[in-house]
Amino acid sequence: MSDLSDLKTTPLTDWHQAHGGKMVPYAGYAMPVQYEGVLAEHAAVREHVGLFDITHMGEIYVSGPGAEAWLDTLITNRIAGAALGKITYTAMCKEDGGVLDDMLIYHLADEHWLVVCNAANHAKISAWLTDHCPPEGVTLNDASFDTALIAVQGPDSRELVCRLGILDGMAAKVEGLDFYNCFTIDGPGGQWIISRTGYTGEHGYEVYLPNADALAAWEELMATGADLGVSPIGLAARDTLRFEVCYCLYGHELGEDITPLEAGIGWAMRMKKPTFTGKEFLAAQKAAGVPRKLICLEVTGRGIARQGAKVLHDGQEVGEVTSGTFSPTLKKALALALVQSDVPEGELVVDVRGRAIDCKTVAFPFLSARTKGDPRAERTLP
Amino acid sequence: MVPDDRKYTQEHEWVQMEGDIGTVGVTDFAANELGDVVFVELPEVGSEFSQGDTVGTIESVKAVADLFLPISGEVVEINETVVDSPELVNSEPLDDGWLFKVKLSEVEEMDKLMDATAYGELTGG
Repeated sequence: MSDLSDLKTTPLTDWHQAHGGKMVPYAGYAMPVQYEGVLAEHAAVREHVGLFDITHMGEIYVSGPGAEAWLDTLITNRIAGAALGKITYTAMCKEDGGVLDDMLIYHLADEHWLVVCNAANHAKISAWLTDHCPPEGVTLNDASFDTALIAVQGPDSRELVCRLGILDGMAAKVEGLDFYNCFTIDGPGGQWIISRTGYTGEHGYEVYLPNADALAAWEELMATGADLGVSPIGLAARDTLRFEVCYCLYGHELGEDITPLEAGIGWAMRMKKPTFTGKEFLAAQKAAGVPRKLICLEVTGRGIARQGAKVLHDGQEVGEVTSGTFSPTLKKALALALVQSDVPEGELVVDVRGRAIDCKTVAFPFLSARTKGDPRAERTLP
Repeated sequence: MVPDDRKYTQEHEWVQMEGDIGTVGVTDFAANELGDVVFVELPEVGSEFSQGDTVGTIESVKAVADLFLPISGEVVEINETVVDSPELVNSEPLDDGWLFKVKLSEVEEMDKLMDATAYGELTGG
């Protein structure tokens, strides 16, 4: 067991440890990788509702006149024109088109934005924002270490969130919250944000709240959700859940050596914006043809292809697996792979620790998301 | 509780002897550490190995672990049930989750394996 004592904690760390959470180091934090087991936790989110402590995420407020225009020069997507309460998914790129991070940007009030970045990239993004000289009047307020974040995900998440005492009488407001929208509310320790977002492919919410309010909220959700079958969910199931619906994970499908076009998040780029960091390179790459593409693979032979496994076509190495595991929902070994753009659909081979295993390309995504519409909609299984 | 009817290895495998046939599996500790097992690759029946050889893999959702041969010999039987139902490694690691049987070629190798007390100490109780 590695030493966890030097790692950062969250307001929920003691709770996790007291409830069977197996703690592991993750982006400088001690975080629960699982409680009762990844398969059971995965199923709980797909079928009922689960709670995730994702307090490790970075939260940076960007505020003041000119904040919107300045942020828009740094991100691939566009926030100008976003309605109040709207959330925008975007990449932040280097000049060479490589992705520094993917993130959410919340429009909380006029010229008041919240940037939510990955924990592993928090220091980098914080420095990148500072180094890109916010204009006079624009302030950066890094609230990461004061802000807790609880994700409530699964078909019963709306029912559960509505049971929070703080949202008493606000069921209609919660029900009216469209995907990628949020509202704020005053809690005992300060402002909360109720956000209709998530990383599981299920109907869900992410609740930002002051550290001081986090434990009580978590315990309230666990207690009031008992009849819904609410479960705490670790990082392992967070990964398998996002993997099945093919959401990119930084360090896997995204990185400084991968462009948004290659990772398949070109939809989060606005090439008509006058300028943004990386635009010239990305425009040229789009025009010349993207060298690599992300593909979905089903392992048809016996084995599991994981990150780093080489992908071969006609005996030639054509790329590698970025994420791969056994899919708990589809009950087979699946993989995402970044390969040369000219790789045809059909049968390929993956090298799993020296063993050639057959696989084939399948449609994207492996499993369709139910983030919009009926949370219990029948899934179209491939 | 570590049962004292078998011997153990540093790699968290167990061997239970019956005549000159040793049944091999992984321990409760290993099963817990791995998490939900979803794939097991076992050696071919009839193949011969030396003590310490890598003879297969056991994979959970998150991790891959090699299977080592705890004692030299010939693989005489594999647990086909566990190949089809890898979750047995988690639910019954010491019983129905056994992995394969080996006909020992060097019976004295058993003496070098840990007894239950030593293994219990290794895994902290």
